[in-house]
Amino acid sequence: MKAPKGVRNLAETLVEFIENGIVMQTMGRDGLGWTPFLLSMFTFIYLCNVPGIIPFLQMPATARIAIPMFLSLLVWVVFIGTGFKHQGIGYLKSSLFPPGVPKALYILVTPIEFISTFLVRPFSLTVRLFANMLAGHILLVTFALLSEALFQAKGNPALIPMGVLPLFMLIFLTGFEVLVAFLQAYIFTILTAVYIGGAAHPEH
Amino acid sequence: MEALSALVAELTGDEQKAASAASSAGFAYGLAAIGPGIGIGYLVGKSVEAMARQPEAAGMVRTTMFLGIAFTEALALIGFVVFILIGL
Repeated sequence: MKAPKGVRNLAETLVEFIENGIVMQTMGRDGLGWTPFLLSMFTFIYLCNVPGIIPFLQMPATARIAIPMFLSLLVWVVFIGTGFKHQGIGYLKSSLFPPGVPKALYILVTPIEFISTFLVRPFSLTVRLFANMLAGHILLVTFALLSEALFQAKGNPALIPMGVLPLFMLIFLTGFEVLVAFLQAYIFTILTAVYIGGAAHPEH
Repeated sequence: MEALSALVAELTGDEQKAASAASSAGFAYGLAAIGPGIGIGYLVGKSVEAMARQPEAAGMVRTTMFLGIAFTEALALIGFVVFILIGL
């Protein structure tokens, strides 16, 4: 056995990150079978986010709502499917009628649980990824245009050196977007893991 | 403020609509950012406190913290979407 090197090393780090950082933390040992799904989801979202900071591309693919929406519909189908597979029709009972609640309160709890589990989850997954990436993109565009306008300012020559200020802000925000691209992919994947884990094992 | 309303009164109907849309878009996002701002600050502060008390539980606390941030942040982001929808 030789020690892995190069690309293989990177790939192993990635798989270990998904296994230890996401699956083990949220689903435990039973969820390790989900590693390939979560790994491909994480990699796909990250690679879609990263063009937002690559010069001359400068547009994350996830800043168009189609991709986040498709991904969260996929997650929606997968976690509901997992629920029915593991608990049968009891999945509806355990998710809509959580145990340990006084009977009279079910009038209030059941509609809230239905909305929050089956309607708000895919919506918030979509909006979180989409709005984060679009907001980052708009921020970068704003500061790039601001510094360009100041560098080319006519009339008052004192304005021209001021263009350095938004330029520094632009560089700082680009660094921030490197972080956001990773963090959003991580959050999307970890929420997917939590939803699937919650559907596979009913809460006690 | 009075100067602003006097200015607005001189505009035509469409321009007035656009002006009020632009200012309410700003208000929409600004107001939507207050609550989540407080919330995320409180959440992360408490998480750091927990991690400092029990460093061995840091991994679990960090995961839960990111989950909490994701849910809190969603409110601010919905405000951002409203800002885009009104502003356009």
